[in-house]
Amino acid sequence: MALSRRTLLGLAAAVPVSAALTACGGSSGPGKSNGASYWYLNGQPQEGVRSGAVKAFNKAHPDTQIKDTTFQNDAYKTKIKTAIGAGEAPTIIWGWGGGTLRAYADAGQVEDLTSWFGEHDDLKKSLFPSSFGAATVDGKIYAMPCETVQPIILYYNRKVFDQVGAKPPESWDDIMALVPKFKKKGIAPFSLGGQSRWTNMMWLEFLFDRIGGSEVFQAAIEGEKNAWSHPDAIKALTKLQELVHAGGFVKGFSSITADSNADQALLYTGRAAMMLHGAWSYGIQKADGGDFVSSGSLGFMNFPPVEGGKGDLSNTVGNPAQYLSISSKASAEEKKVAKEYFAKGVLQEEEVKQWIGNGSVPIKLGTEKLLAASDNAEFLQFTYDIASKAKVFVQSWDQALSPTAAETLLDNIVKLFQLSISPKQFATNLNEVTNA
Amino acid sequence: MSAVTGPAQRRRPRSALPWLAAPALVLFVGFAVVPLIGVFALSFTTWDGIGAIHATGLTSWRKVLTDPGLPHALWVTFLVMAVSWAVQTPLSILLGTFLAGRQRYRAVLGVVYFIPLMLSSAAIALAYKALLDPNFGLGAGLDIQALSKDWLGRPGLAFGVVIFVVSWQFIPFHSLIYQGGVQQIPQSLYEAAQLDGAGRVRQFFSITLPQLKYTIITSSTLMVVGSLTFFDLIFILTEGGPGDATRVLALDMYKRGFQASLMGPASVIAVILVLVGLGLALLLRRLGGRDAGASQLEGA
Repeated sequence: MALSRRTLLGLAAAVPVSAALTACGGSSGPGKSNGASYWYLNGQPQEGVRSGAVKAFNKAHPDTQIKDTTFQNDAYKTKIKTAIGAGEAPTIIWGWGGGTLRAYADAGQVEDLTSWFGEHDDLKKSLFPSSFGAATVDGKIYAMPCETVQPIILYYNRKVFDQVGAKPPESWDDIMALVPKFKKKGIAPFSLGGQSRWTNMMWLEFLFDRIGGSEVFQAAIEGEKNAWSHPDAIKALTKLQELVHAGGFVKGFSSITADSNADQALLYTGRAAMMLHGAWSYGIQKADGGDFVSSGSLGFMNFPPVEGGKGDLSNTVGNPAQYLSISSKASAEEKKVAKEYFAKGVLQEEEVKQWIGNGSVPIKLGTEKLLAASDNAEFLQFTYDIASKAKVFVQSWDQALSPTAAETLLDNIVKLFQLSISPKQFATNLNEVTNA
Repeated sequence: MSAVTGPAQRRRPRSALPWLAAPALVLFVGFAVVPLIGVFALSFTTWDGIGAIHATGLTSWRKVLTDPGLPHALWVTFLVMAVSWAVQTPLSILLGTFLAGRQRYRAVLGVVYFIPLMLSSAAIALAYKALLDPNFGLGAGLDIQALSKDWLGRPGLAFGVVIFVVSWQFIPFHSLIYQGGVQQIPQSLYEAAQLDGAGRVRQFFSITLPQLKYTIITSSTLMVVGSLTFFDLIFILTEGGPGDATRVLALDMYKRGFQASLMGPASVIAVILVLVGLGLALLLRRLGGRDAGASQLEGA
């Protein structure tokens, strides 16, 4: 009884809370309804850049104000869905694009921006072309790409490699050969925050791509029948389990969460030799790892090829950008302010500089000079090259798929890493949710 | 506990009672009955939480009832319920009996035992998660081999940890209930037993335990029904993992509803939870109520 009550309370409370929030947003300027509300994620250093951009815009446009509210990552994912479902969405919706954006678009909750981008071609051309894929649903653009590009990168600890006398892997066979070398010295070959689930997923994203090319996952996301049972998919899943079996991942990986950054700590403290992680990890290691980054001990590379694989080596996976959509329930006035912000507030010079200062690459083209002048030049140049030269930039699977399919995917990935299901079972379970 | 004070209640004037219940009733209807009806209605729909709600009859029910995840979640929920009851009850009775003594040092200890109850489940879960971290936790930090296991990464161990943390958090509460229960047992019973030559252990089994019958039922009801609500603790400790080793019904419902955007099936699980909770509460009441006249309290 008590349990059900809590759940129901949660359901019941979500609506009034979001209503109260928007109400608060609206009451700050009595009689003046010329503002737009904007929800985004908190957590430094990104929060500072986001709020800085809003402040700068508000200062430059005193009649059209953006009212911002911040949320913690996981809480936001639930809250924004509930708010949109209840018709209480903010004017500007911060998101990850892909499958979730499709759900919003299918429900008619977000504004179609195709014609607006037609009128603002210069703006569109100033951003990474690869960032628009996840903003597009059935040929129409429903979000403005913003912020930074975050490919997944293979990081390694140079000190540990020197200590063991090993060289960074140039192929999958090298990886498998490195595993026993590090294990003998009591060092985990790979760090992994496995409880967070998406961390494990990054491995499959790369293995699928390197072995079968980007077409294999593309087929799955398009709902092709039995796409997950493709021989290359099975091969990728099998290779992954071989690595787990060989003890490639740190002891206890299935109880480590990425939120606590313990996986990154394993790398910079030298307890693990390598780690597959997003580009954002660089900033965290720089902030938390003492002189690990500044002393040049952090190595980084793109994922190596797999022998006999078909995938293009320039391909990468990760988050092509972050995304801003406009709620279709907003008033004409609010929508106008939001579009004004898109055109004149997003990725302005100061914001671009701040992203670069944090060690990330904004999705604006032509920032090479700024990147080269930064203290993080080597890493930023590397990320910029990966992002701008990738033949295919595969969006993170859990963002690309519908929320329902993503949940099944993540659940099964964990079981795959625990060796509690076989590659075939994995494929069968996923075919069930993605088959059109 | 109300069962224990039964005789006293009978003498209370009845006319004032309906009024006293009004505020609670309003809250109960507003925050329990109305949402309950809402969830029941939602269980016959398909809704992703964003778009339109489509009435789809029994589709969600069929989906959930044929999903192998449901019997597994029910089984895990039952195990958590049964094992945590079996661990907590004897310990709580012993602690409660111990604390019922009038000595001062027992009162001091009672306060110390009470501490876990003052912490929120989330804080407790976060603390244990940090302590049990395989690489940076207590075992690794102090280099104690016995402690540096992959506590939350192996199904059996993770389940054990959940039971341990739950017990650590709730034993103080139930000890308190038993302490009150023991203190209400008339001293004359013990005096009579001493005259008959019964020792401490014999007194415990022949007087204390039988006299605690209704307290045990109350405490068990709270434990059993309460264990259906374990969400925050498990969510933070293991997220239902590893795999689905600790995925109880409440967690399954949250994941389906808010992570997989399947509000219909999540509502079905909510309804199942309500039914299970009600069923258990009724069953336990029945166990206690069958011979309600058999109280051995003084004067009854």
